[in-house]
Amino acid sequence: MEKRVRFNEDHCKSCELCIGVCPKKIIRLRTELNRLGYHPAFVPDEDQEKCISCALCARMCPDAVIEVFRP
Amino acid sequence: MNPVYTRPKSLTNVVTHYCPGCTHGIAHRLVAETIDELGIQGRTIGVASVGCSVFAYNYFDVDFQQAAHGRAPAVATGIKRVRPESIVFAYQGDGDLASIGMAEIVHAAVRGENITVIFINNAIYGMTGGQMAPTTLVGQKTTTSPFGRDPGTQGYPVKISELLSTVKGAYYVARFSLHNPANVQRAKQGIKKAFQNQIEGKGFSLVELLSTCSTNWGMTPQNALKWLEENMIPEYPLGEFKTGEGE
Repeated sequence: MEKRVRFNEDHCKSCELCIGVCPKKIIRLRTELNRLGYHPAFVPDEDQEKCISCALCARMCPDAVIEVFRP
Repeated sequence: MNPVYTRPKSLTNVVTHYCPGCTHGIAHRLVAETIDELGIQGRTIGVASVGCSVFAYNYFDVDFQQAAHGRAPAVATGIKRVRPESIVFAYQGDGDLASIGMAEIVHAAVRGENITVIFINNAIYGMTGGQMAPTTLVGQKTTTSPFGRDPGTQGYPVKISELLSTVKGAYYVARFSLHNPANVQRAKQGIKKAFQNQIEGKGFSLVELLSTCSTNWGMTPQNALKWLEENMIPEYPLGEFKTGEGE
């Protein structure tokens, strides 16, 4: 399955700005840490279909972590 | 899959030193998107300030010069005059532009230099540890105004956009906010206009961006965006203050 929202998890600082603006509320934080010591944001595979590709998350991300695609 | 949003090519692929949720990152991204869209990556020269944005040269994939504290508009003036074919922008915070660099920014505008200035206003000194800045709001607590800024002893906040809009040489002066996606989109259009003005040789353009400093404000990044909307926007109204030369 091709993902609609892709996170560069190594660069994420878990500021949660994407979580605040996602209209579908499908973005979560991983319980594991990335190499920076933060819990990176991600969209679970089962929720990728719920994404409407509005890219609000990508437009708020201060670290340009998120890339959004439309099927 | 068709791309809706991809990482701008004018950003280098490194992790920034900014705190989590710092809107400097959003401002960087908007400038990089603009450089990409205008196709000017090869001839853009940035001038970094002193402050949190001091390492901007590591994050933009364009030529960069680091200026002495507050002197970015003067350095940008020199670069633009020697290499008029280049697109020159200065990227400054409020501690740099509105405090020690007040003379340089006013005189660059007065001379009508054909440069673009991106001004980040977060109402506090970020890098040095949250001291009171010229842009700090009345009543705002900082490490050097622990009981809140008192106009009786510390004066009132400086409003750069309003001030520069009275200068005849300035061509475009506008203030935007980065607290939600709609405003980020408006800020992007303003930044693009500021760069286009320079390409068309119209003159001095300054875009002020209201930003957050969640670390020194002592808030979560999301609460900082809310604080910006509720407290900073009433003091610093958004909009285009000047489009076109003359008074």
